[in-house]
Amino acid sequence: MPPVLSLAHVSKTYDSGFQALKDVSLEIERGEIFALLGPNGAGKTTLIGIICGIVKASSGTVTVDGQDVVADYRAARAKIGLVPQELATDAFESVWATVSFSRGLFGKPRNPAHIEKVLRDLSLYDKRDAKIITLSGGMKRRLLIAKALAHEPEVLFLDEPTAGVDVELRRDMWRLVRALRETGVTVILTTHYIEEAEEMADRVGVINKGEIVLVEEKHELMRKLGRKELTLYLHDPIEAIPEALAGYDLELSQDRCALVYTFDTQRERTGITALLQDLSNAGIHFRDIETRESSLEEIFVSLVKEET
Amino acid sequence: MNLHAIRAIYRFEMNRTGRTLLQSVLAPVLSTTLYFVVFGAAIGSRIDEIGGVSYGAFIVPGLVMLSLLTQSVTNAAFGIYFPKFTGTIYELLSAPVSFLEIVIAYVGAAATKSILLGVIILMTATLFVPLRIAHPGWMIAFLVLTAVTFSLFGFIIGIWADGFEKLQIVPLLIITPLTFLGGSFYSIDMLPPFWQKVTLLNPVVYLISGFRWSFYGIADVSVAVSLSMTALFMVICLLAIWWIFRTGWRLKS
Ligand SMILES: Nc1ncnc2c1ncn2[C@@H]1O[C@H](COP(=O)(O)OP(=O)(O)O)[C@@H](O)[C@H]1O
Ligand SMILES: [Mg+2]
Repeated sequence: MPPVLSLAHVSKTYDSGFQALKDVSLEIERGEIFALLGPNGAGKTTLIGIICGIVKASSGTVTVDGQDVVADYRAARAKIGLVPQELATDAFESVWATVSFSRGLFGKPRNPAHIEKVLRDLSLYDKRDAKIITLSGGMKRRLLIAKALAHEPEVLFLDEPTAGVDVELRRDMWRLVRALRETGVTVILTTHYIEEAEEMADRVGVINKGEIVLVEEKHELMRKLGRKELTLYLHDPIEAIPEALAGYDLELSQDRCALVYTFDTQRERTGITALLQDLSNAGIHFRDIETRESSLEEIFVSLVKEET
Repeated sequence: MNLHAIRAIYRFEMNRTGRTLLQSVLAPVLSTTLYFVVFGAAIGSRIDEIGGVSYGAFIVPGLVMLSLLTQSVTNAAFGIYFPKFTGTIYELLSAPVSFLEIVIAYVGAAATKSILLGVIILMTATLFVPLRIAHPGWMIAFLVLTAVTFSLFGFIIGIWADGFEKLQIVPLLIITPLTFLGGSFYSIDMLPPFWQKVTLLNPVVYLISGFRWSFYGIADVSVAVSLSMTALFMVICLLAIWWIFRTGWRLKS
């Protein structure tokens, strides 16, 4: 199946002369949850802005379901729902009116049944007659999602959906996004929380300083780039790491009772067998071993470091 | 044509007015009444008829134009400025709507409001002076044409403005003086010859003159010139808006 969203060589230089995106190419599969992960200022919002028609690309092409976002903007935009990073809402409109407005704006005929469903799914139905100004921050965020879903889009963009949101609400948001995917909507979200990408995404794209550093299926990413730690709990504490083991990436724990060996799962040889052999030769015995995979956070930090 | 979008925006804009109905209707009615009390009754009684029309009746078309121009510009400017200010413009920019549809909806709503207001002011005027409309068809044509043209102008101001001061500065410093000096309260042949020539550079003169002609059949300049000037200004505004949307000026980064 062709990708639902495709970016080819997209660059953006703002009027200030600042280059926010550098030759970004990316394809998003239908029905997946894609996390665009990157630190503040990486260019995530700019990228979404270009896809949605809010920012003009300096060069490159973007197609949504085969439709060019500039040449066929009507067809392309009708398929997109956007939840912006900032909580931009009217104040005195009612919840129902503003969601209905969005549906009309995107060219769909009135459909109160659909509006009701969207509001119920987002737990806003009880608030349908409330003025937006009376809603809490979490409700406003859900309202923006409701507006974005009012015209039944195929692709939903969530720009930092959980920035500045407490843990409880963040979990609610994750549940919601998964439920959306069940309905067949492709979800593209940006975040600078590794935890969020790790928790939700099928695939992760890492963006830094306007460049896509890597795009990988999440588990694959973990497998490929994950560094593992092997902790050896020693039978007897040792004073220092013996000279014979200097060739290994070893660290002695504070209490001198454990050795931590870090290795790269990407390498063909992890060196574990040889290490165990050499330990035995050095007369060091251990009573237990433990391995730990590094989180996306650690992967990310190492990636961004390599880039700079 | 995305008719659903046009209707959605138009209704949204009209609802916004509905919420401030009292101040948007009461204020102009009050100010019109004050003008009539001051100019019509107090001062007007000492002024001769102009072209066979009593002074009170003479100023009615000018007063309607005064409100029509300021309200068209203000309404349209505010209508498009507000989403920029609150950030909700993102939705408009990401929607499958063309610039033409956006303009029809916003300008249509702003023009509707100011036309309604013009009618209300006319009705208020009938309480004070005997009103006679010689060419009702032309009267409506001038009303609509002017409302649409100046709503287009206001739309441009709203896109250009990046603060509330700029939003108010054009109606305050340009529209109001031009209207006052455009023959709202006098016939331009009352002016010395030199100032008559200067006045002809003021585009509002043509609007007021044409509009007044549709009431009393008297005009400072010919009706054809009035119509052409209004149409010309409208075309200039349309071209400017077309350019704005093509380049994304002040809308897209
Ligand atoms: N309108 C603009 N003019 C100039 N620079 C901008 C503009 N918008 C964003 N930038 C810059 O582009 C970079 C990327 O911004 P953004 O896309 O918002 O990043 P992110 O969403 O990843 O935090 C930032 O350095 C930001 O300062
Ligand atoms: Mg951002």
